[in-house]
Amino acid sequence: MHPQTVLLYDGSFDGFLSCVFLAYEQKLKHPIIRKQSQTHHELFTITECVITEEQKARRVWKGFRKKANATERRDFFKAFLSEIKGVENTLFRYMQNTFSKINNPNIDFSNSDILKISQVARMVQREKHRMEAFVRFELLKNNVYVATISPDFNVLPLLTDHFKDRYADQKWLIFDTSRKYGIFYDLISVEIITFENFSNIDSKIIKKNYENEEINFQKLWHTYYKNVNIVSRKNTKLHLQHLPKRYWKYLTEKTIH
Amino acid sequence: MSFDRIEEKLSILADAAKYDVSCASSGGKRKNHSKGLGNNTGMGICHSYTEDGRCVSLLKILLTNHCIFDCAYCVTRKSNDIKRAAFKIQEVVDLTINFYRRNYIEGLFLSSGIFKSADYTMERLVAVAKKLRLEENFNGYIHLKSIPGASDELMREAGLYADRLSVNIEIPTISGLQLLAPDKKHEDFIKPMEKVKNEIIQYKAEKKIIKSTPRYAPAGQSTQMIIGATGESDRDIMYSATYYYKKYLMRRVYYSGYIPVLEDNRLPAIGTEVPMLRENRLYQTDWLLRFYGFSVSELLNESHKNLELDIDPKLSWALRNLNLFPIDINTADKRALARVPGIGMTSVNKILQARKFRNLDWTHLKAIGIALNRAQYFITCNSKDFYKKELSAVMLKSKILKNTNSKYNKFFNQQLSLFT
Repeated sequence: MHPQTVLLYDGSFDGFLSCVFLAYEQKLKHPIIRKQSQTHHELFTITECVITEEQKARRVWKGFRKKANATERRDFFKAFLSEIKGVENTLFRYMQNTFSKINNPNIDFSNSDILKISQVARMVQREKHRMEAFVRFELLKNNVYVATISPDFNVLPLLTDHFKDRYADQKWLIFDTSRKYGIFYDLISVEIITFENFSNIDSKIIKKNYENEEINFQKLWHTYYKNVNIVSRKNTKLHLQHLPKRYWKYLTEKTIH
Repeated sequence: MSFDRIEEKLSILADAAKYDVSCASSGGKRKNHSKGLGNNTGMGICHSYTEDGRCVSLLKILLTNHCIFDCAYCVTRKSNDIKRAAFKIQEVVDLTINFYRRNYIEGLFLSSGIFKSADYTMERLVAVAKKLRLEENFNGYIHLKSIPGASDELMREAGLYADRLSVNIEIPTISGLQLLAPDKKHEDFIKPMEKVKNEIIQYKAEKKIIKSTPRYAPAGQSTQMIIGATGESDRDIMYSATYYYKKYLMRRVYYSGYIPVLEDNRLPAIGTEVPMLRENRLYQTDWLLRFYGFSVSELLNESHKNLELDIDPKLSWALRNLNLFPIDINTADKRALARVPGIGMTSVNKILQARKFRNLDWTHLKAIGIALNRAQYFITCNSKDFYKKELSAVMLKSKILKNTNSKYNKFFNQQLSLFT
C-alpha cells in the first residue's frame, strides 16, 4: 500500500493553488489537501507543509483560465470560499477534470464532482445574496455606517463590489465577527481591516456611538415593518423559509422593540 | 423633522399601501454615476420578509390616503371612516434616502389616493421622483403609480425619473369594475397604460439612433388584479392577463387574493378566507405562459374554466394530454422537456448540457434535482426501468397525490373530499 500524501496550506486561495502546483509537479494523483489549522496526525500518511507562492498560484490560475469559462472560474472560487471540510479535494479533482478536457462549451452536470461544485457554489452565492439583503448599517458619530455579520461562508470577498457601487458617497464598514476581519470603504477604495482590540466592534460600543438620529430611523423602520404585514395572510412557515431565524440577529426590524 | 409625527403618518400610509403586491426591484439598469447614492444593475433584493411571508424590498407607501373615489374593494375609499394623513414631498425623500443608506430597502414605491384631481396627484408623485433623482443623485429603484386619468405630459415626465410605472386594473372584468367602482371608467385605466407603452416603444426605437436619448421607465410597467372579489373564473383572469401582457407589453401582472376589509354586500363578507392557494395556482400559470412556452388556451379553455387546486397547472395539463408522453430525456427538445411535470427551467438547462457528455439515467436526473415523484410517469431515460403501466388520468393523479407531500395538504383533508 502506498502511503497517501497530505498537503497542508495556510488557508488562502493562493496557498491552495500552490498545493495544486506541487501535486502536478510531483505527479501526485490523489493527494489530500487540507488547511494547516485542520491538521491531525495519522498513520500511513506523508504530510507536507506547502509554502504559499504567489508566482506558482498565478501559473495554475493562468492555466485554468485557458480551459474554464468565467462561470466555471467563479463557481470554483465560490466553492473554495465555502470552507466546507474536504472541499479542496473535490476542487482538485474538478481542476484535474478541467485540465484534461477537450474544449467543450457545455458543463457536464452528470459528473458528480462538477455537479457538487456547482451546487456548493450556489449555496455560497445564496449566502452572499442574503448578506446583500440582510446587512443593516448603523450610522455612528464619526460618520461611518457600520454593520457586523457572521455568515455561514466566507463571503466578504464577494460583497466588496456590490457595496462599493451602491454606497459610493458614504463611509461604511462591514465586519465578519466569526472570521474577525472586515471591509472598509473610505470614499475612495475598499480595504481589508482587522482590529487589534476585538471589542472595538462590540455591539454595546456601537450603540454608545450612535449618531443622534440613528435610533429614530431604526424606530421608523420598525414601524414600517410592523405596518406592512397583513395579519389575515399570516404564514409562519413561509416567513421562516425566507427569513431563517439565524439571520434575525442582523435585522433591525427584528431586534428593536 | 418631528419623528413622532412622521411615525404616525408612516404607520397610516404604509398600512394603506400594503395591498399593492408588486415588490419587484430589478430591471432598473441604473448605474451609480458621479459618486452618487445607489446602484440598480443587478438582480432585485428582498431586504426583509413580513410575517405573512411576503418580501419587503421597497419603501411602499401612499403619499396620502385622502381620496375622492369610493371603490368598494379599497380601504381608503371616501366613505370609509379611517384616519387620514398626507406626507410632504420632502418627508418622503428623507425617508427614502435614510432607509436606503442603512440598506433597509432597494428604493421607493409611491402610490397615492386621488385628491383634488388625477393630474394634481400625479404631479406630486412625479415631484418626489424628480427630487430624488436630480437633487439627491439617487440611483435606487423608483416605482410610481400611474394615476388613472393622468395627462400624457405627466406620464411622459414620470417615466423619465421612475424605473417602473403601474396602473392596477384591480377588477379583471369590465362588468365587475362597473359594479364595484362606479365612478371609475375603464378608459381612465387604459389611458396612462397606453401612453407608457408608446413611450417605451419610442424610447427603444430612438435609442438605436441616438445613444443619449433620455431613458424611459427601464423596468417597464405592471398591473395587478384582485382575485375572488367578483366571482370571475380563472379563465377570465388569465385571458385578461394575457391581453395586458400582449397589448400593453406588461413586464408583470400580479394577482392579489381579495382580503375582505370592508362590509359591503357586493363583496365577500369580512372573515372570508383569503384565496391564497388559488392565487398561487394563478402565478404558476403565469410562469408557464411566460417562461415555459405554454399558450393560455392549452391551460384554460371552454371545457376547463378553472385551475385544479390540488395539483399544479402543468401536471394538470399533462394529465389531460397523456398521449404526448412519455418522452425520452436524452433526445427530447427543450420545449418538450419544459413541459414535463416536475422539471423546471434550471433542470432543463442542466439536462441539455449534461446529455452532450453521456446518456442520462435516473441517478443523474435525481442528482440534477428534478422532482421524480411527478416526472417519473412522463419520461424515459437511459434505463430499462421505467413506468410502463397504462393508467388513466384519474388513477395517475391519485397515485401522484398519494406520494406527494404538498404544503397545501391541510386544504384537502377528509372533510373537503365530500365536495369532490
